Amino acid sequence: MDQLPSYKISSLGDNALIIDFGNIIDESINKAVHSLFYQLQNDPIPGMIEAVPAYSSLTIYYNIIFIRNKLNKQITAFEWISEGLKKYVSKENIETGDPQLLIKIPVCYENGYAPDLGFIASQNNISTEEVIYLHTSTTYHVYMLGFLPGFAYMGMVDEKISSSRKQKPVFVEAGSIGIAGKQTGIYPFRSQGGWQIIGRTPLKLFDKEKINPVLFKPGDKIQFYSITKNEFEDIKSRNA
Amino acid sequence: MLDSIQDAGRFGYQQFGINPNGAMDRYAATIANILVGNDTYEAVIEMHFPAPSIFFEQPAMIALSGADFSANINGKQIPLNHAVIVNKNITLQFQSLKNKSRCYLAIKDGIKISKWLNSYSTNLVAEAGGFSGRKLLKDDILELNNKTDSYQLDDKDDFKILPWSTNDDFGIHYTEEMMAVPGSEWGWLDKHSQEKFLKNPFFISNNSDRMGYRLASEPLQTIIGSELVSSAVSFGTIQLLPDGQLIILMADHQTTGGYPRIGNVISAYLPMLAQMKAGDRIRFNFTDHQTAENLILKQQQHLTQLQIACKLRLENYIHEDN
Repeated sequence: MDQLPSYKISSLGDNALIIDFGNIIDESINKAVHSLFYQLQNDPIPGMIEAVPAYSSLTIYYNIIFIRNKLNKQITAFEWISEGLKKYVSKENIETGDPQLLIKIPVCYENGYAPDLGFIASQNNISTEEVIYLHTSTTYHVYMLGFLPGFAYMGMVDEKISSSRKQKPVFVEAGSIGIAGKQTGIYPFRSQGGWQIIGRTPLKLFDKEKINPVLFKPGDKIQFYSITKNEFEDIKSRNA
Repeated sequence: MLDSIQDAGRFGYQQFGINPNGAMDRYAATIANILVGNDTYEAVIEMHFPAPSIFFEQPAMIALSGADFSANINGKQIPLNHAVIVNKNITLQFQSLKNKSRCYLAIKDGIKISKWLNSYSTNLVAEAGGFSGRKLLKDDILELNNKTDSYQLDDKDDFKILPWSTNDDFGIHYTEEMMAVPGSEWGWLDKHSQEKFLKNPFFISNNSDRMGYRLASEPLQTIIGSELVSSAVSFGTIQLLPDGQLIILMADHQTTGGYPRIGNVISAYLPMLAQMKAGDRIRFNFTDHQTAENLILKQQQHLTQLQIACKLRLENYIHEDN
């Protein structure tokens, strides 16, 4: 990857700071965020607690007491982390992080599983078959996780199946696949949600019994494929 | 009411959208643990009023800190911020809400539950952590780690208040003025709204819980109709909602959000904020990182000293007794 885009550092309270590359949804900027994130995972700044990648920003949480008592007494912990971060962002070439996984997700787009599929089709003047075809023919990039445990923000969907959010959130079932703007995502739990729901996966996206309970990580690649109602129920019963 | 198992929070999983949770008033939770000689990350019970009646099937050393719910055993008062030995077959009750919002109960050596992702805190959304991943309910039985019956309490005594205590003063005068540092979107507010933010009172609305406090005041406005792409938010982040009102995110906040971040209440003031309730008035004032960090260092110093003192008193007490 090329050199990092220009950035701005600001604070998120007294124990976290944000490095922001421009308030934009852009895959190459997001990859720069992930590169920085995975470098910090492998080689953390002393005093850092954790880092949280988002679309165009990375937030670093740090331990004020450890930094000020154990690492330095001259500068603030905010300055300590800001300085520490510069070592990473000034690197000529940002290495890519962990190898990205390609994860294939089965989706049932049939009646009863896809309450808003018809709406997206009619809004864009295409058939529901075409919506399914377009949704399954793109490989999506996981920009970030947030909102709910294990909720992955992915994109971009084809312009022809993009859609605005609902005016008011409604209850959506666990495994529901939604579209909002050009983003697509999966609800890991039954919850309130404002995205247009075009299908549902039988996969368990969040399993609290596992050491890593979440199926996706930032930077993964996702492909959806269409399954029938019977296949859905079959996979679902085997995963239960 | 919402009573749940919490600790100092779950860190390292926000990249997966798993929020830290943890005690709202970390300071009171820590003090309760320290008073009974626990590690500061031991599980405690966070209670809201009306609080549960707790029946002890075995003797235990406990401490309460935070809100004053008029704790008593058989009508006899159990003071806050003291280590207390309670006998078996007694019921700890909470009579009335005297002040603050959340009371913490620590038990020596903790509660026998397993950690989820390195923390005892309850994650209600994921239904994980804490006690079966849920809030505590009537008739729940919590097993204690310490099963020894070495407290040497006379059978006729319901409890014994131990000769050490602390105040819960954390070096900050209790005030409506919340110290904050400016957020990344502070500059999005128009000049007039920036002035209003630093001058006007804000009222905590009824629609406030462990996820966040919604504030009511004159609406604030941004200069441009910019939209923020989702980015991390934290405990104490002050967000501007589309209707011009503010919300302060609390312990159960989501990991990311898309509303402008006007500021963040500093760590040293979060325990005080956590003890406020609907109708309370707050004002915001900005400070710098140096001041914010020094305040939290001072709090930590106080806790470290208290921890050393309590350990010593506890050791001496156990030796004298046996």
